[in-house]
Amino acid sequence: MGDPINLISQWFNNLLLGWGLAEGLVKVISLAIGAAIVATLGLVTVIALIWVERKIAGRLQDRPGPNRAGPFGLFQPFADMIKIFTKEITTPDGADKVAFNIAPILAMASVLMIWAVVPFAGTVVGANINVGVLYIVAVGSFGIVAVLMAGWSSNNKFALLGAFRAVAQMVSYEVPMVIALLVPVLLARSMGMNDIVAAQTPWFIIIAPLAALIFLITSMAEVGRAPFDLLEAESEIVAGFHTEYSGMGFGMFYVSEFLHVWTVGALIATFFFGGWSGPGAENFPILGILYFYMKTFIGYFLVTWIRLSLPRIRIDQMLAFNWKFLTPLSLVVLIVTAVVDKALEMAGVERWAYALIMLAANLLIGWIVVLILKAVEPNRKRQRVEFEHRPVAVAPKSTDS
Amino acid sequence: MSGVEIIFIIVAIVTLLAALFVVTTPNLVHAALWLILALFGVAATFVLLNATFLAVVQVVVYIGAIAVLMIFAIMLTRRVMEDSGPQINSNWILAALLGLVLFVGLTFVLINSGAANASLSDLVVDPVEQLGKELVSPNAYVIPFELASVLLLAAMIGSIVIAWKK
Repeated sequence: MGDPINLISQWFNNLLLGWGLAEGLVKVISLAIGAAIVATLGLVTVIALIWVERKIAGRLQDRPGPNRAGPFGLFQPFADMIKIFTKEITTPDGADKVAFNIAPILAMASVLMIWAVVPFAGTVVGANINVGVLYIVAVGSFGIVAVLMAGWSSNNKFALLGAFRAVAQMVSYEVPMVIALLVPVLLARSMGMNDIVAAQTPWFIIIAPLAALIFLITSMAEVGRAPFDLLEAESEIVAGFHTEYSGMGFGMFYVSEFLHVWTVGALIATFFFGGWSGPGAENFPILGILYFYMKTFIGYFLVTWIRLSLPRIRIDQMLAFNWKFLTPLSLVVLIVTAVVDKALEMAGVERWAYALIMLAANLLIGWIVVLILKAVEPNRKRQRVEFEHRPVAVAPKSTDS
Repeated sequence: MSGVEIIFIIVAIVTLLAALFVVTTPNLVHAALWLILALFGVAATFVLLNATFLAVVQVVVYIGAIAVLMIFAIMLTRRVMEDSGPQINSNWILAALLGLVLFVGLTFVLINSGAANASLSDLVVDPVEQLGKELVSPNAYVIPFELASVLLLAAMIGSIVIAWKK
């Protein structure tokens, strides 16, 4: 009885078969319904997340947050939704209409598609394909295309600049992210999401903490949230690539951003915090779903906390941090993990000793990085920012006196 | 006609139409967007052939990297919102002829290779593992694989040298 979801889907399949439908058709129907449920679940989660995020933001900034609509302000997201649904959707003059209107849908789809391979529990997973990790990287690239389309088709220079920044950031942070993702793949000997979850004894956060840290930082950059929100820096380029969007067009970008943060939490939970695993989750998959959601919320809270604590970085800092720090570090972590893992496998040590030595190797890398930074940073010459002197506004000399 | 065949025909029509629009649309960015749809159609064809790994790699490499960089480069040019000149220049007969020869040749080779009669059930169960092993096995493809790696490394160093501030 611990697996109600598969029970219901089996009952439903038998019902359709009993009506005399062909077996292939029944499979297609049940898969389509499953996809619809997962997508709807993601979107409904966002409604709750908007309230949670605003409440967390309020508390961290020493104010109550939404507290007027309903108990604890719980109905605030519904008021927001009604407002955004009733707003007019405008398409600016000179915009490329088709691309302009497809872009928000594509942005949302690129995030929702990730949920197809996320294992909610041992038996509850949309598609248990053997290239799950690579699939996540692949659908992420649709998000980049969506941002480019939105920025270009708006016929607005701020939108175009925002799209340039966004794509530069997303493409370059993809490099350390993929390398960091290779570490759990290497440790689990599989690219399948469920295999990675099953291989986590102990959790990979203990065996590969540096990879987890790199993945957290890079996926925050992929989402484009503070401190990496220079793609929509309101003091510089209005609102970035979604400047021209109104009503639900903007709403879809907004929802996809919230959902993306939640997805990042889910991915961190799956790759580094043991996913659905926990006491009793093997026998009762419904418990696994509970554990999975709890771990996802921890990752989500972490991202939100960092977002509310750090200021925005500049574009040169963003690129230098990626190419001069994260990419070399992730390469070192990958090579050290591979070598130590192979050596320990050949030596045939116990699992707990394996985990401890891996942890020690990671800590050693971290310590060396700190030493190098301490040695380099004080002596580094500050890069001078060259710019032409702009004419200073001077009050015109009055002529009549 | 089975369900897979219907899906294949739809995917093939979409892919071919998108590829046609790539060369006929007067707007460069539109051409790049149609190219993305065509490449996605190829990925969908890989999925229909049970080659999930190739499908995903197709999306990562061609859509995630190449198409995005193409759009990026096109957008950095001036007047991207305007349509550019005529789509055909004086070499179109030669190009069409070459395309036809290539198509006929590929069709001829495919029909004679025996692959045309193979069915989906003949495929390996987990091609990813086999592919990975063949790529690093001395008896199979390790030399082409390493050669490609060296070529990419050389290209990377070359681009760094070109971009180096003197």
